[in-house]
Order: sequence, then structure tokens, then C-alpha cells
Amino acid sequence: MSSQNTPLAYVRKEMLEQQPAPRGQVGVAKWMRENLFSGWFNTALTLVSIYVIYSLLKAVLPWAFGGVWTADSLQECRTILNDLHGNTHYACWAVINERWNQIVYGTFFPSSEYWRTHIAFVLLILAILPVLFDALPRKMLWITAVYPFLMVWLIWGGTIWGPVSVALGFVLAYMASQFAGRSLGSGLTGLIAVAVALIWWFFIGPSVTSGLNKVLPLLHLQEIQSRELGGFVICVIIGVSGIALSLPIGIVLALGRQSDLLIVKTICVGFIEFIRGVPLITLLFTASLLLNYFLPPGTEFDLTLRVIVMVTLFSSAYMAEVIRGGLAALPKGQYEAADALGLDYWKAQRLIIMPQALKISIPGIVNTFIGLFKDTTLVFFIGIFDMLAAAQAIRANSAWNGITWELYIFIGLIFWICCFAMSRYSQWLERKLRTDHR
Amino acid sequence: MSQAIEREIDRSHMTVSDEVAIQISNMNKWYGEFHVLRDINLTVNRGERIVIAGPSGSGKSTMIRCINRLEEHQQGKIIVDGTELTSDLKNIDKIRSEVGMCFQHFNLFPHLTILENCTLAPMWVRKIPKREAEETAMHFLEKVKIPDQAHKYPGMLSGGQQQRVAIARSLCMKPRIMLFDEPTSALDPEMIKEVLDTMIELAEEGMTMLCVTHEMGFARQVANRVIFMDQGQIVEQNEPEEFFNNPKSERTKLFLSQILGH
Ligand SMILES: Nc1ncnc2c1ncn2[C@@H]1O[C@H](COP(=O)(O)OP(=O)(O)OP(=O)(O)O)[C@@H](O)[C@H]1O
Ligand SMILES: [Mg+2]
Repeated sequence: MSSQNTPLAYVRKEMLEQQPAPRGQVGVAKWMRENLFSGWFNTALTLVSIYVIYSLLKAVLPWAFGGVWTADSLQECRTILNDLHGNTHYACWAVINERWNQIVYGTFFPSSEYWRTHIAFVLLILAILPVLFDALPRKMLWITAVYPFLMVWLIWGGTIWGPVSVALGFVLAYMASQFAGRSLGSGLTGLIAVAVALIWWFFIGPSVTSGLNKVLPLLHLQEIQSRELGGFVICVIIGVSGIALSLPIGIVLALGRQSDLLIVKTICVGFIEFIRGVPLITLLFTASLLLNYFLPPGTEFDLTLRVIVMVTLFSSAYMAEVIRGGLAALPKGQYEAADALGLDYWKAQRLIIMPQALKISIPGIVNTFIGLFKDTTLVFFIGIFDMLAAAQAIRANSAWNGITWELYIFIGLIFWICCFAMSRYSQWLERKLRTDHR
Repeated sequence: MSQAIEREIDRSHMTVSDEVAIQISNMNKWYGEFHVLRDINLTVNRGERIVIAGPSGSGKSTMIRCINRLEEHQQGKIIVDGTELTSDLKNIDKIRSEVGMCFQHFNLFPHLTILENCTLAPMWVRKIPKREAEETAMHFLEKVKIPDQAHKYPGMLSGGQQQRVAIARSLCMKPRIMLFDEPTSALDPEMIKEVLDTMIELAEEGMTMLCVTHEMGFARQVANRVIFMDQGQIVEQNEPEEFFNNPKSERTKLFLSQILGH
């Protein structure tokens, strides 16, 4: 080339070695300078914040850690505090210790049956783990599948036949769908499966169950009425059921809303808009008071079940909208690629569309879960004895009359731990599912 | 625009049979009031390699998307592999599993690994066992020269690699016809060649191909027929040599002068 003798020409002969960054550009000093003391305004803000945090901790920490953990009443607690510190500006955690059972199991749960909730709780963890972490053996999902029925039996008692009968409905529906699926389309097969399950649950199952209960009362546990449930237990029952049910229903609603079938679409949109437009507490009152008027006379429809239905419907409407957002974010090319490969609608949804849409919607989904879990406190207003009701009762009791902070801090902490765990899990899941990094 | 393709092409398997693979007759399509495709008549024999060219908006994509019914036509007949495309879902799924398609933007499934992208449809549509589907997938990934990326995700691959995976993914369904909709127009020049090479290999094996592309070098070397579309109509079709050296219609001349550049 002719450019060789111009002064602009330059050829690098050796590549330069990598050099360490100058000191002061790395480590704690750099971080502090950049984030806390960059400029006079930032420095002033930092100093003020440090002072505020210091004063807060100075007030709260001695109060919390100097508190009393064992006492039988507020009176006794205050006496102890006076002896210890000379004043009563300290926490009386003793109320949690002394009223533990009431907060956890509710006021009316028979104490001889507490062990059942413990087993149910341990099994719950075992059932949830394989769903949350797919590194665990897939066989554990059997626990998850059986758990709902086991839980009903453990909590409400009676013989094993009731839950077995309900489970059998699902098995029959599955068998019917396998049988019908050989010759019929997927829509009709679904209808037949649902019909078989309903016929079993409402017409055949109940008489078989009551017959078996008389002849062979297997594994009979003391029966516990819904009214006797309460505390943390009812909160977990409603929260977990609502969470587990609202996701699938939300998916169906979101798909229905996008459907080309006008009737399906109208029903889904109508449902979502109606449910979202009504306060949850209204639905709960409907569940507790009105629903029985609409049902055929003589049908017993358990209160807890009614509440779970309402809470589920409520969150599933929100869930549907969250998932619709995820669906809308997917490029059209994904649908086209799935179509072009010959995948039918359901397979494309299940294998291509939903995994991606749900991944996009994780923050919104978990948001809805957290909202649902905290909303379980609303059952307090329809006379279910949840933790807030327990706190109310404890405060009304002469032994603990006058206590406030400690109880509500404790209950708040329980909720916070659960919700924070969900939040952390979702962040972990999002990171794990990220596949677009280079 | 056009890429020089140095390699000599092996034409021993590039034979056109008498058997008809696709027959489109008097096909019309509208988007609302807009008449996108006007009276399209096209017969493609098995083994033909057809390149479709034309200005933007002329309906090239729409036409080849009608062949696997990503778009629905409103009038006329499309017969693919002896099966007529109607609203019958069974026929549509059957045709789609016989006809592979590659898109401009690859449309790989980003949540699945390369291997899973390739085994998904064989396993779920053809019901092939996983082991076998994976063997087939690896075979085709080797063919497009990226077997070592099998366990990566699409997002970690370059555009050219992604498009080659997309071709392999279609091939895993053992299609009898391949449709390409501007497979190289989203790629950097240096990656275009690797994708074109893959397509040439495919042509050498006798695959029936319909390609919408602006790669005129590819058209010259591989196609046995070039179709020129404008305003939703087939304006001209001819053998590549004739088409490029001796275009008949004014529109074709104008288009060629623009695309080949002066
Ligand atoms: N979904 C749609 N609704 C309405 N009009 C559409 C739709 N898709 C495409 N069109 C119109 O149909 C015409 C043909 O589009 P098509 O995508 O087939 O063109 P093309 O030849 O592939 O162009 P390009 O080279 O830009 O890809 C264009 O005018 C476009 O605006
Ligand atoms: Mg196009």
C-alpha cells in the first residue's frame, strides 16, 4: 500500500499486558467514596441518615432485647421489669410465650390434636420443596399430589374415606380422559372428564363414602369443625390453597381472554372485570353469609372451603391480568415458530408460550401471591379466628389487657418472614431461569 | 448485496422430479380491504429450488406463509404434498409437520437449549423417543457445524449460528419441503455466508426449497427458477440465467438495477 511512508501509518507490534487498576479505584474505600461521600450534599445526607438510624436503634434495641420472656400476665411482667431495670420501658415478649398456642392454632382448636397440624406442616414443606426446586428428585412430586387430600384428612379429621373419594374423582376423570382421548378431540375429552368427576363427587361418591364410614371406619381422627380452626394454621391453609389454585385458574383465564372463541372470551373478560372491581371483603361476606342461600338446601359447604374459593377467585383475576402481560410481551415469532413446527395450540402453550410468559410474569405473580397471603387476615371480619382475632382476644383478656406492640410486632414479623421468603425465592428463580446472557 | 460463493456446487442430486410438491391455483388473499395476493398460480415440483424476489411489501412473505398456513388465504386452492389446505386443523398440522420454515429473526425458543429446540417438535409432534430425537438432532447440528453448542441457550450464539440452529431444528422434523423467509437479512455480512453454505448443502441433497431472499448470488447458483413478485402478483418467472441477464418486464428490470447496484 502507498500509505506506508505517510506519518499516519502505524502498526502495533506487541500487545500490552493487562495492568492492575490504580489503588483507590477498588475495594471499600472506593465504594464509600462513590456511594456515600461524593459531593457535599451526599455527604450531608449520609451523616443525617447515620444519625437517624442511630437514634432509632438506640431506642428500639434496648426495648426489644431487654424484654421479659416469661410471665403469666402483663402485671407480673411489669413487676419483673421494675425489679430488673427500675422502670417498664421494655418489651413484654412473655405474651407470645404464654399465648403461643392461641396465636398459632387459634382459640378453639383442641390441644390434644395439635400434633396433626405439626405433621401437616412438615408434609407441607415436603410437598412444596419439589415444586420450588427442580434439582430435587421428581418422585417427591407424588407427595405434592397426595398432599391436599392428606391435609384435609389431618386437619378436619374423620375417616380417610372422604378425601380418598375426592381423590378418586380426579383419578376417574383422568381415566375417562385417557379412554375418550383415543377417539375424540381434546375439547370433548375435557368435557367428558369433568362430567365423570362431577357425577362421582356429587352423586356416587357421597353414598359410597358414608357406606364405607359405617362398615369400615378406617383411620378415624377426631372431627374438627371449620369454626374451630384459627391462628397461623388457618392463615397457612387459606394462603397456600389460594396460591396453589389461583395460578392455574389465572392461566386459564388469561388464555380465555386471548381466545378467538367469542363466548369463552366474553366469560373470561366479564369474570376478571367483575372480580377485580369488587373488594375482597365483599366477596368474603358473600362467602360467609349469602352463599348458602344460593346453594340447594341441605348441601353442606364448609366455611373454610367457601373462603378459599373466594380468595382464589379474587387472586386468579389479578393473576390472569399479570399473565396476560407476560403473554403480550412474547414476540409473535414464538407463536409462529411453534405453529410452523406443527405443535397444536395446547402443546404450543404448554411447551413454548407459557414457560416464557410465566417467566416474564414472575415478579407480578409473586406480587399477587404476597398480596393474597396478607389478605388472609381479612377473614378476621367474617368471624374466623386468625392471628389478628387471637391478638384481639388476648388484649381483651384481663391478664394481658393493655398489651399492644409486642403482639402486633410478632404477627407482623411472621407475615414479613413468609413474604420476604417468597420475594427472595422469586428473585432466585428469575436469576436461575435467565437464559439470555451471553 | 450478493455474496460470492466460491465452492463448486455438486449438482448430482439436484434433480427435479415430475411429482408435484406444492400447487397453488388462483389464490387470493386480503388483509381487510387490502388485496395482498392477487391470483397467484404456482406449481412447485419435488426437488425444485425456487427463489422469490421482489420489492418490500410485494407479498413475498405472505405468499410463502400461506403454504404452511401461518396466513389464511381466502380464495383459490393450495395443495401441499397432496393435501389441500382447508380450515381442517388435522390437515394443517399434518402439512406443518411436513413443511419446515426458517424465519428472518430465527425465532428459536430462548428458554430451551439448542438441543431441546431441536428435539421438541420430533418428540411432541412425531412422538419419537427422547434418545432417538437427540441422536437425530445431533446429526443435524453436526451438519450445520455447531454440535459443540448443543447445550447452550440461543441467546449465547451469534446470529449466523442461531439461523443455522433454526435450519437444523426444521430438518429434525424430516420435512419434505423447506420454506425460507429472508433467512440472511438480519445477519452481518460475514455470517451470511455460513448460512448460505448450509442452504446450498441442503439444495445439493435434493430438498425442495422456496426461498425469499435478496441474495442474488445464491439465486444464480442454486435456484432452478426465480420468481419476481410485485404488488401481490407474480410478475415474472424464469431460469436464473435468463432472469438476470434478460429480464422481460420493466418492473423486473427496475428492481434488478436497484438490487444489483450500479
Ligand atoms: N397482518 C397484516 N395486516 C395488514 N396488512 C399486512 C399484514 N401483514 C402484511 N401486510 C401488508 O401486506 C403487504 C405484503 O406484506 P409482506 O410481508 O408479504 O411483504 P414482503 O414482500 O414480505 O415484504 P418485505 O420484503 O418487506 O418482507 C404489505 O404491504 C404489508 O403492509
Ligand atoms: Mg417479508
